[in-house]
Amino acid sequence: MNARDEIFAAVRRSLGVTGNEAPRRAAVEARLAATPTGIIPRRGRGEAAERLATFKAEAARAEASVVEAAALADLPAEVARFLAENHLPATLRVGDDARLAALPWEAAALEISRGPSDGDDANAASAAFAGVAESGTLALVSGADNPTTLAFLPETHIVVLFAADLVGDYESAFAKLRAARPSPRALNFITGPSRSADIEETLLIGAHGPRRLHVIVVAAS
Amino acid sequence: MTAAATPSRFRENIAAALGDERLRGLSPHVQSLIAARAEAAARLPEFEALRDSARAIKDHALAHLDLYLEAFERKATEAGGQVHYARDAAEATATIVDLCKAHGAKTVVKGKSMVSEEIGLNAALDRAGIAAVETDLGEYVVQLREERPSHIIAPAIHLTRKDYEAAFRRAHRDLPADRDLSQPERLLAEARAILRAKFLAADVGITGANFLVAETGAAIVVTNEGNGDLCQVLPKVHIVVASIEKVVPTLNDVAQILRVLARSATGQDMAVYTTAAVGPRRPGDPDGPEEWHVVLVDNGRSAMLGGPFRDMLRCIRCGACMNHCPVYETIGGLAYGWIYAGPMGAVLTPSLIGVAEGGALATASTLCGRCEAACPMRIPLPALLRQWRERAFARALTPAGERFALGLWAFFAKRPALYRLTTGLATRALALVGRARGRFSWLPFASGWTRSRDLAAPQGATFQSRWRAKSGRVK
Amino acid sequence: MAAETEKPPIRVGLFVTCLVDLIRPSVGFAAVKLLEDAGCEVVVPSQSCCGQPAFNSGDRATARAIALKTIDAFAGCDYVVAPSGSCAGMLAKHYPELFADEPELLRKAAAFADKCWELTSFLVDRLGVTAVAARCEGVAAYHDSCAGLREMGVKSQPRALLASVEGLRLVELQDGGACCGFGGVFSVKHGALSGAIVERKAADVAATGADTLIAGDLGCLMNIAGRLQRQGRVVKARHVAEVLAGVSDEPPIGEAAARVKP
Repeated sequence: MNARDEIFAAVRRSLGVTGNEAPRRAAVEARLAATPTGIIPRRGRGEAAERLATFKAEAARAEASVVEAAALADLPAEVARFLAENHLPATLRVGDDARLAALPWEAAALEISRGPSDGDDANAASAAFAGVAESGTLALVSGADNPTTLAFLPETHIVVLFAADLVGDYESAFAKLRAARPSPRALNFITGPSRSADIEETLLIGAHGPRRLHVIVVAAS
Repeated sequence: MTAAATPSRFRENIAAALGDERLRGLSPHVQSLIAARAEAAARLPEFEALRDSARAIKDHALAHLDLYLEAFERKATEAGGQVHYARDAAEATATIVDLCKAHGAKTVVKGKSMVSEEIGLNAALDRAGIAAVETDLGEYVVQLREERPSHIIAPAIHLTRKDYEAAFRRAHRDLPADRDLSQPERLLAEARAILRAKFLAADVGITGANFLVAETGAAIVVTNEGNGDLCQVLPKVHIVVASIEKVVPTLNDVAQILRVLARSATGQDMAVYTTAAVGPRRPGDPDGPEEWHVVLVDNGRSAMLGGPFRDMLRCIRCGACMNHCPVYETIGGLAYGWIYAGPMGAVLTPSLIGVAEGGALATASTLCGRCEAACPMRIPLPALLRQWRERAFARALTPAGERFALGLWAFFAKRPALYRLTTGLATRALALVGRARGRFSWLPFASGWTRSRDLAAPQGATFQSRWRAKSGRVK
Repeated sequence: MAAETEKPPIRVGLFVTCLVDLIRPSVGFAAVKLLEDAGCEVVVPSQSCCGQPAFNSGDRATARAIALKTIDAFAGCDYVVAPSGSCAGMLAKHYPELFADEPELLRKAAAFADKCWELTSFLVDRLGVTAVAARCEGVAAYHDSCAGLREMGVKSQPRALLASVEGLRLVELQDGGACCGFGGVFSVKHGALSGAIVERKAADVAATGADTLIAGDLGCLMNIAGRLQRQGRVVKARHVAEVLAGVSDEPPIGEAAARVKP
């Protein structure tokens, strides 16, 4: 018997089953198909305005900064403002996301580069797949539109969240993921900038990931 | 071989820990973690209900582990991943070393993984001439010091900034010797730069998995630093090493457990980075590994599934139990002598390395129950500790002197009339001897107590004898 | 208040606990007084120990044997009340576990466990006592025993009763939920470790500035008082039963008596 067979045999022996029992198989199939939800906290519920307020409060608790923009067109100016205010270079890397790609970044005096990061970028911007109000969390997915490296290598990560994509809870984000086509290989939940408390339990921001996370919520049009 | 264990030297380890001044610094850290968890729990009205939900999910998953493992394997393979099985530590490390060798890997970057410590992965890679670099900040400094992590979530909780500085100065020789490393910010910045280079150069990234999702075949990695993601997304090959009980049915089930994980571990509502990824990069993906492997490790879990310690398989490695444990607070994690410390370590270790080697860990507990009260998965830790004590007793592993004393006491305790007679004599004698001060600074057979405490003298005749005398009742 | 003349009073078997029995009988008499004042008839069946030392040491057979004797000894009682969260926990929560595989005895043990209570919880939750007529001058820190707190749900009850004690002001410890390090056999088997843990509890008590330490478990009290006294700190340690019953002629735990009692 190989390792796989032996392990399955051992598991089945411990459980006192053969693995062929119909009720067990049915129960497992049912759960995998139905993906039942459990307890969803009240915190993430509510109408769009309430969700947005919760998202902003929770994101701030996680040391992210959050602003609202009335429209997509306001993005370059907001990004330029944010970078200038924090004395950061006026450079920005983005992916292929059509919504970000089409913006007039250069008009806001921002030097743009495109594609995945190799570690030399000061700032990068991604469009979020979703936002989760209950913990001020952003959900990003892998792919050329918003390369994963943009979320982890640069010093500053700017995330554009469209208000319509702001859901209340993780389960809603997962539902969105299941419906996504093509199906992405990875979903990243991001809650605030990178941190570590490993040195004397002192909270430090900017361990390996970005030191700064700035979220721009674009209002529903 | 499973990583070398010394829990059998527990008594010596405790004594050494009690004499280690530096461990006095552990108390404020765990106290703040206790407070943080309490605050996070208080802020979420559904917290207690979520603990019940999380327990039910894991119990269901464990009861159907064979089927969910099959489902996970199917989905992971469909997505282009490769799933490997390892019965024990040797098989697991051999599998991983072979994968690394097959890719001519020279350097490996690692995310924090307790099971990789358990199987002795770093030593095995080292023997194969492959340099494995721990990238979690606490794991990194512990690796530099050639120590083990002393806590699941905060591996270097037993160290000070000076320890970090000394380790960095010793290891990062290319940097200017006169640089200032007195502040945590400077230490972090240095580690960030050094490890960034390692991430970018690594051939293989190895992480653990907080969860394996049967629904999608995904491995979920949770970190605050982002190192788990850099290990996953930069190197050409990503290897996930996880023990088989990590399997959870669906993403929605994971959501339930995530809500109690970070809150229990650090008091955060959510860790900074929680990533669910399955398989290698897809067509059009600009980043991500070209090969994705999952090594499923048994190493004693399947046996636990069929016995009285099955509840321990619900553990999600949050560390809350050790944060709340007065013994852990006093002796720190390294005194436990192996990989897993605190209450979960005392319960899990004998299951993995045997009760003869690991059973002593279960004795160092007052069974105060604070661990169980804090455990997000409602694992009945005190009851399980007691189970180990029963097993050790049944195998006569209890020290002879203790067995004798217990046997002597039991003889009398089972015979109330005789008990009343003999204890009455003893208490009256001790009362006479102790009447001047009302307490003893020393008593034969009680030095374990009197070394650090006074011992109150009895008042004289026992309650039962006085009661009988008072009421004239004979029963 | 007192029972009606037609109804017989509640028959309470006092589980005195071995520490109270051997070291400090005044706690037992205080418990009797509190129960009788609340209208109960108190009996004291011949007893030795709840069996916890054996149970916690892994000697299940001895614990089971002791449990059987205890259950039989208290057969004629409506309730079994112990001035200890730890012993009450053993009787009420763990006795049934000892007979998990023996259906007949399990039934008996479960029925027994159902009638077991910790003293202050019995007074407040079962008998509805809201106040006592006692006096005790001082500032007291109250220590919750782990078993009392987590196994028996004892937290508000002693505080509610102590609030009615004239002259007494209660202060809370910084980390009330922390174990004092007694743990029964643990205090001797791992004496140094136990000593290190009680040091933190003693420091917490001292930091409150309280002149009195009160708790519902004699083991905890002896442990904490023993550490405080070794450090030369002057804190009077008393069992909650003694304070509630207004016991004033006994020295605090570990202090010398004015004269030897026979």
